[in-house]
Amino acid sequence: MARTADVVIIGGGVMGCALAYHLAKKGVKRVLVLEKQYLASGATGRCGAGVRQQWGSEMNAWLARESVKRFERMNEELEFRGDIEFKQKGYLLLAYTEAQWDQFKQNVALQQGLDIPVTMVDPQGAKEIVPHLNTEGLIGATYCPTDGHANPFLVTQAYADAAKRLGAKIETFTEVTGIVVEKGVVRGVVTNRETIETPVVVNCAGAHAAVIGRMAGLELPVYAERHQALVTEPVEPVQDPMVISFYHRLYCQQTPHGSFIMGVNDPNEPESFNIQSSWQFLEDVARQAVTLLPPLRKLRVVRQWGGLYDMSPDANPVLGKTEVEGFFVAAGFSGHGFMIAPMTSQILAEVVLGEEPVMPIEKLELDRFRHGDFVMEPSVV
Amino acid sequence: MDDRTIICRCEDLTLGEIRELIARGFHTIDEIKRISRAGMGQCQGRTCRMLIAEEIAKVTGQSLEEIMMPTFRPPAKGIKLGILAGGGGYDG
Repeated sequence: MARTADVVIIGGGVMGCALAYHLAKKGVKRVLVLEKQYLASGATGRCGAGVRQQWGSEMNAWLARESVKRFERMNEELEFRGDIEFKQKGYLLLAYTEAQWDQFKQNVALQQGLDIPVTMVDPQGAKEIVPHLNTEGLIGATYCPTDGHANPFLVTQAYADAAKRLGAKIETFTEVTGIVVEKGVVRGVVTNRETIETPVVVNCAGAHAAVIGRMAGLELPVYAERHQALVTEPVEPVQDPMVISFYHRLYCQQTPHGSFIMGVNDPNEPESFNIQSSWQFLEDVARQAVTLLPPLRKLRVVRQWGGLYDMSPDANPVLGKTEVEGFFVAAGFSGHGFMIAPMTSQILAEVVLGEEPVMPIEKLELDRFRHGDFVMEPSVV
Repeated sequence: MDDRTIICRCEDLTLGEIRELIARGFHTIDEIKRISRAGMGQCQGRTCRMLIAEEIAKVTGQSLEEIMMPTFRPPAKGIKLGILAGGGGYDG
């Protein structure tokens, strides 16, 4: 007889592991996570490790705010044996054009409406928050002191450990090769080892979500796009907040470990599964970082890497049910999946179990692309 | 070598700590690197990589050749951001 499960989750990133935790906590007995490589080997473990609430769409700002509350007590909630390294030293978002400044004003009004403690500061105020910031050409900035950083590997491990304690199974180095669908209903999952019978499959495969979707006969509007990052040698704490400039396409933070993580967005990056590191990226990010934060020129780069954003057409996630009964999707996070995972995974668990979710997610369902109801997120770097 | 021997000098990790991670089920260098930072420091694993591989091999019964090496990431040697930015000078 084939092996059976109540829910199979495809993808052992933060979303898959957090979902497994919430489902197991809600009493689902046989939750199985299948991961092609090892935990956090995809987008989660390659992300910039930032946690921000300063978003331009209400839903993202709300998801991020609720997720921050969960990051704050995650070590205790998940009874983690380590520390997820959550640090709340803020995010400083810089505006260099009037159009950006106008957008920031709208964003701040929206965020303040959600009680997110964000303020607008002038260039002098920005310099007080980051003394080594080059304010030439800066119009203004927005600052939220409760934004911050968490360690993506450890957050994923914390969720995975907690899920396992509650009875979930997590199998790494197991690749999904097919989805069994009969008459529009999910029946099982085929892996490189066996076939598993299950009535529920959740696609948390990140940039590979479209490949998994096709196995179930669905075309998901999610595509892979390489983003690169680098990390420097560790130094004494000198920069509290993450600094983002959409104009310079740069994000740059100092982690609790002391190293700086930074990346630039390349607007010409084509759709592909390429995760190779490039020399061009190093030069590009170095120029932007040294311009904006001049003392960083003395820091040595120790490592660079590439990873994939799972992009969606409106830069917002595709969440919830699909036209294949029992097949759910959580993908298209467009570079901000890690930071909203704590709340998003909880809502997803509620939707999978047919409960009333704490936030309605119809707007984020796959259906929206058929109707043209985009929920554009303007603040992606 | 005993459990107090430093295996990763950059991140100050002992053999005992590495052995504990292997015992917990982390059986690849990549997983150990991500969970403990072993190999993420200045030397990028040049010291610890093979020592960790040997410990994994002992526990899993694999031969050293079967232990999957982590990705070797650029730059091969630390380079200052100022030099990459074209600022010139080796002490920029």
